Amino acid sequence: MTMNGWLQILLFFGLITLATRPVGRYMACVFERKRTWLDPVLSPLERLLYRLTGIDADEEMAWTTYSVAVLAFSLVSMLILYALERLQAWLPLNPQHLPNVPAVLALNTAASFTTNTNWQAYTPESTMSYLTQMAGLAYHNFASAALGLAVAIALIRGIVRREQKTLGNFWVDMTRATLWVLLPGALLLALALSSQGVIQNFRAYDTAKVVQPQTVQQTGANGKIQTQTIATQTIAQGPVASQEAIKELGTNGGGFFNANSAHPFENPTPLTNFLEMLAIFILPAGLTATLGMMTGSPRHGWAVFAAMSVLFFAGVATAYWAESQPNPLLHRVEQRADQQQSGGNMEGKEVRFGIANSALFATVTTDTSCGAVNSMHDSFMPLGGMVVLTNILLGEVVFGGVGSGLYGMVIFVILAVFIAGLMVGRTPEYLGKKIESYDVKMAMLYTLIFPLIVLSFSAVSVLLPNLGLSSLNNSGPHGLSEILYAYTSATGNNGSAFAGLNANTNWYNLTLAFSMLAGRFLMLIPVLALAGNLAGKRYTPPSLGTFPVTTPLFTVLLVGVILIVVALTFFPALGLGPVLEHLLLHAGHSF
Amino acid sequence: MRKLLLISLRYTLVTTLLLGLGYPLLVTVIAQSLWKQRADGDLIVKDGVLIGSRWIGQSFTGPRYFHSRPSAAGNGYDASASGGSNWSPSNQKFVDRTSASVSVEQADASTAPVPVDLVTASASGLDPDITPAAADYQAPRIAKVRGLTLEQVETLIRNHTQERDFGLLGERRVNVLALNMALDESAPAAK
Repeated sequence: MTMNGWLQILLFFGLITLATRPVGRYMACVFERKRTWLDPVLSPLERLLYRLTGIDADEEMAWTTYSVAVLAFSLVSMLILYALERLQAWLPLNPQHLPNVPAVLALNTAASFTTNTNWQAYTPESTMSYLTQMAGLAYHNFASAALGLAVAIALIRGIVRREQKTLGNFWVDMTRATLWVLLPGALLLALALSSQGVIQNFRAYDTAKVVQPQTVQQTGANGKIQTQTIATQTIAQGPVASQEAIKELGTNGGGFFNANSAHPFENPTPLTNFLEMLAIFILPAGLTATLGMMTGSPRHGWAVFAAMSVLFFAGVATAYWAESQPNPLLHRVEQRADQQQSGGNMEGKEVRFGIANSALFATVTTDTSCGAVNSMHDSFMPLGGMVVLTNILLGEVVFGGVGSGLYGMVIFVILAVFIAGLMVGRTPEYLGKKIESYDVKMAMLYTLIFPLIVLSFSAVSVLLPNLGLSSLNNSGPHGLSEILYAYTSATGNNGSAFAGLNANTNWYNLTLAFSMLAGRFLMLIPVLALAGNLAGKRYTPPSLGTFPVTTPLFTVLLVGVILIVVALTFFPALGLGPVLEHLLLHAGHSF
Repeated sequence: MRKLLLISLRYTLVTTLLLGLGYPLLVTVIAQSLWKQRADGDLIVKDGVLIGSRWIGQSFTGPRYFHSRPSAAGNGYDASASGGSNWSPSNQKFVDRTSASVSVEQADASTAPVPVDLVTASASGLDPDITPAAADYQAPRIAKVRGLTLEQVETLIRNHTQERDFGLLGERRVNVLALNMALDESAPAAK
């Protein structure tokens, strides 16, 4: 670890802290339909959109209608994405003449992008046409993020409203999230990135004549070794910057290229890397302030922000430390950091990012549901890999996905005040609402669905040599980590991977598609049910016995609840995966 | 329910026009008219021939050139198949490949430990850079083979060393393609 590395981490977090209040206030204005400075341009566009689609913007929806609208939109837009993938060979903007995407892979990808996961079982540059990437995948980067925002806002309204049946209008929330928040942000970021070297074009792939032709030996299909001279380099192109921007801002994470944000055309410089990391955190961080402002308790927003910050620093410090360590199995290799190199574990990392920015990006992308990567998590040191895995297992509530991070955190807040209530023997309250049996049941449903899916599928996959284990890239305890990470990432709608696992098989494509859909919609419906129930309750003024949700004590309790729930559920699996690999690695074992 | 499905269909189609086509086209038009070279990938053309991209690394092996890092992209630096090895630190294949790379570097240069980035594969398989440590490590070999003095080679490395952005962000690095092209220009006669 170096001083410079820590300075970069502190600068990053300092800027996020500064942006939280203004961004949060802006979003509160957007969703409360107050005036903003973008109204002159966007209001006419908004009205036009409602007219074209037949939306009644003044209709209020009960939580049931809201949920059905969420499901209807997701179903329809997912089917359209599926069709686009299956028909791309006959559609325009396909200069490489890529064939239609195979059915099972197309299904997995449609589920993946509809659920804000962006799990990628394919190599984009040789699978997806420019049209599919833009109008299919990048479109869902907007739509799924807007949907997450809408649900989070509906939950906040549930907390705020008193004795009402409705939560707002899904279409209006979606539209305002898209037009006022995501589109302007993405446009600015795309232009900033493209001015720094992220490409944006519709060229066919270029063929360069390389400076030094290479002779490589390959084992052919018949088992014979063939010698081949490579004198050219095919350079994949495409409209990358526009997709890169919304991929980070919407915490989606689906790369235009296979190497994702490690690819120089997606992330060419430390500056673009810094902007991309800021884009991932800025909306989820801002939402804590939105929560505080809309509920009339800004200090509650900061208390939640503080709990997230504690977990963020714990993660980034551990990952940075772990990745700075020398690999004990390597000999005759200089792994110490000095002025001339960043040292540490450089397998699967880029020189321009080094250790600090790889560890920071990995923490940021797994704290949220982003899943973009600028380094290969599969090649992290065992404890570094455990940090990114654990971040997702926490439920992605450390800032978290756009919208989904906040509603996930509010679920933990409900559990925290419930536990506090049990300790003093009073009915718990949260911001003026009594937390009763139904609310806690919904919170527990949300909390239990995630480990149920992750652990069940991981356990079954480990027991199936031909379906589950044959896809592994690494054996030993790391193999278990690869499988566990896949289901964790899919169910958590993260989308990053221990990418050595070959997930493009029927078994993984189908089970992971199920995990992604269940991890999104089975968890989102209890949230809306909870919101609907809270909205119907009477206001209970705080009394002397009310546990305040604005104090450091609350922050500590909240962090404690999160850690206990997650640790008790997942520690055995982590023990057999990363912890065991760490111990064996340092005892000199390889696999 | 039927009404919601109909709205969903219309909503998806209309917003796809806006977000899936309008937005990327707008970004393309602005980027292509203001910084076309950038937006096309900073392609390097020499004597009318496309040599590569400033941002994309190429394979360099043998004694005459500064080596780039091992690459897991296709057959090495295949810019249509980016990716890393995804080998874990405890994978024997990773240990073997690293140790083979170390032997190659040490055969040509000294017996000093090799800087770690020079013997590990990058995340993208297209990393254009090596660390200044990895460049310095190869300087004596290059000087000998190219008939240059060590000072000349070290000056060349220093001129191609990119500092941290704003003196703070990222890491110091040397672009291997640019360095080797400059090397060819300063010592073209050497075999």
